[in-house]
Amino acid sequence: MKNYIMAWRNLWRNKRRTLITVASIFFGVLMSTVMSSMQEGSYSNMIDNVVKFYSGYIQIHEEEYWENKTLYYSFEANEELYTKIESVEGITSYTPRLESFALASSEDITQPVLVMGVDPEKENNLTGLKKRVVEGEYFGENHNSILLASKLAENLGVEINDSIALLGQGYYGNTAAALFVVRGILNFPNPELNKRYAYLDLKDAQHYYSCEDKLTSLNIMVNDYSMVQPVIEELELKLDKPYSAMSWDEMQPELVQMVESDRAGGIIMKAILFMIIGFGILGTIMMMISERRKELGLMVAVGMQKYKLATILFFETVYMGIVGVISGIIASIPIIIYFLHNPAPITGDAGQIMIDMGIEPLLMFAASPGVFLQQVLIVFLITLFISIYPLISVSKLNVIKYLRD
Amino acid sequence: MKIIEIKNLYKIYNETEVEVKAVNGIDLNFEKGEFAAIVGPSGSGKTTLLNLLGGLDAPTSGDISVDGTSLGKLKSSKLIDFRMNNIGFVFQAYNLIPVLTAKENVEFIMHLQGKSKKERDARTKELLTAVGLEDRINSRPTKLSGGQQQRVAVARALASKPKFVLADEPTANLDSKSTENLLDIMERLNKEEGTTFIFSTHDQRVVNKARRVITIEDGKIISDEKKN
Repeated sequence: MKNYIMAWRNLWRNKRRTLITVASIFFGVLMSTVMSSMQEGSYSNMIDNVVKFYSGYIQIHEEEYWENKTLYYSFEANEELYTKIESVEGITSYTPRLESFALASSEDITQPVLVMGVDPEKENNLTGLKKRVVEGEYFGENHNSILLASKLAENLGVEINDSIALLGQGYYGNTAAALFVVRGILNFPNPELNKRYAYLDLKDAQHYYSCEDKLTSLNIMVNDYSMVQPVIEELELKLDKPYSAMSWDEMQPELVQMVESDRAGGIIMKAILFMIIGFGILGTIMMMISERRKELGLMVAVGMQKYKLATILFFETVYMGIVGVISGIIASIPIIIYFLHNPAPITGDAGQIMIDMGIEPLLMFAASPGVFLQQVLIVFLITLFISIYPLISVSKLNVIKYLRD
Repeated sequence: MKIIEIKNLYKIYNETEVEVKAVNGIDLNFEKGEFAAIVGPSGSGKTTLLNLLGGLDAPTSGDISVDGTSLGKLKSSKLIDFRMNNIGFVFQAYNLIPVLTAKENVEFIMHLQGKSKKERDARTKELLTAVGLEDRINSRPTKLSGGQQQRVAVARALASKPKFVLADEPTANLDSKSTENLLDIMERLNKEEGTTFIFSTHDQRVVNKARRVITIEDGKIISDEKKN
């Protein structure tokens, strides 16, 4: 009789008790898996929104740009640079940008604006900017077109085909001043963006700021998040100074912090949940050993080495964990798949907060292997920890006392 | 041929304020093939002596040697192996492993010894046939009567071809028919296999069957009679 078969049979000697313990693991794993999936899905949704709308997964800058964010640290984008970027595996698209500040004036109203010079087609591919147009058109054929965020347009008191003057500082420290015609009004979910953003065609922006062919950033998208680090490593190998590549998390530390602090809250909840489960398993194992003292004594008496006996008890503990964790994960799969395809809308204040942050108010789920593997690992570690108890019991086993029971 | 030599054996318990000499200076030998009963009133030290003989308990002083090997000199894990290869045990309460069938219980020790399946199967079949349970090989202990369980326990004790079998009150929980049946089986196996059987018992039926009767009282041997 192999140890693992004997352990399996032992597990079902008291079916009801084993089933109750397995059920506690089952519900714990089910809850934890669904919760993890929801958390990871929400983070991923949040990150995707930010990454897709603004930063891209990776940005290439002049190495000192991020610290100073002035046109002085813009860089010249040439064919050689594009060729190098295109040769990196995992990059799906990239879009050039020239960003700076200016004052926008219409009649006697002046507002500070963040001017984004973009390649209309590439920008739309990356951020879906065209979908944000609520009035007018998306750039069009004319030069000196400008797209204004809705609140900014309202504050300036301008409408489609009105002109506004932009006044700023050019690349050489010169005054940059020009008139632009409002061709479209954009609406962003984030009120801060709605008050500040103005879009120019990249060529117009370069001309306006007197920095022909220069960019402040190249925004890169990759297949998925896991590709960010390998792509950055390859870019760093291929790009010489003064270029530097930054990942989204380096550019958005506050987002990373928010995700991390939320994740920490989840960890505390899961820790409490699994602690309860752990004590349930421990209680069962203690009962199983206590009820079988005579039998355990007999096994050692007739010649079973204590380590072999400990192995059987270890298998019993692990089996309980395995049955609970597998059934819990199997039960969680249809729930996760359902919500993966039918994200639940978040309404009320919570939904409004998400809208304000520029995030779709949806309860997103994730089905990455990590969501499931995490539970397997936790239960495995718990059972491993609990199996110390049978090991200690067996090491202290006194054959005579056990046989007398 | 001596297989067990007991010299000046003491087992003293100091668990209470009163010192209890459960085994009080016993010198005893057992020959190969003996069918011996250790008798005496409750608390006389029969079970303690049997536990010491089986290496389940350590003496306070003195020595037990089995075929020249001193049990006291063996470390814990070596002692477990020694028991597995040399000593068979039959307990009053049968002590079969409930999750194993009769066959699996009998081959349990052979499994620990690493014997091949072929060898295990042959020996198990031989022993279960010898104890009259060839038709119950796949029954679990809960499906067997007390007498049947004890017969499986005897088969298990003999499975590893031990030098001797220690049986602690093997008939205490059996009715008279089962007792008679079990004793006949053990006597037959003792003769056929040449295995030494040592019983501790109160049961006169066991005493009647035994070819040697050792009587102890207060941890001392007060008589040691061999029958012809």
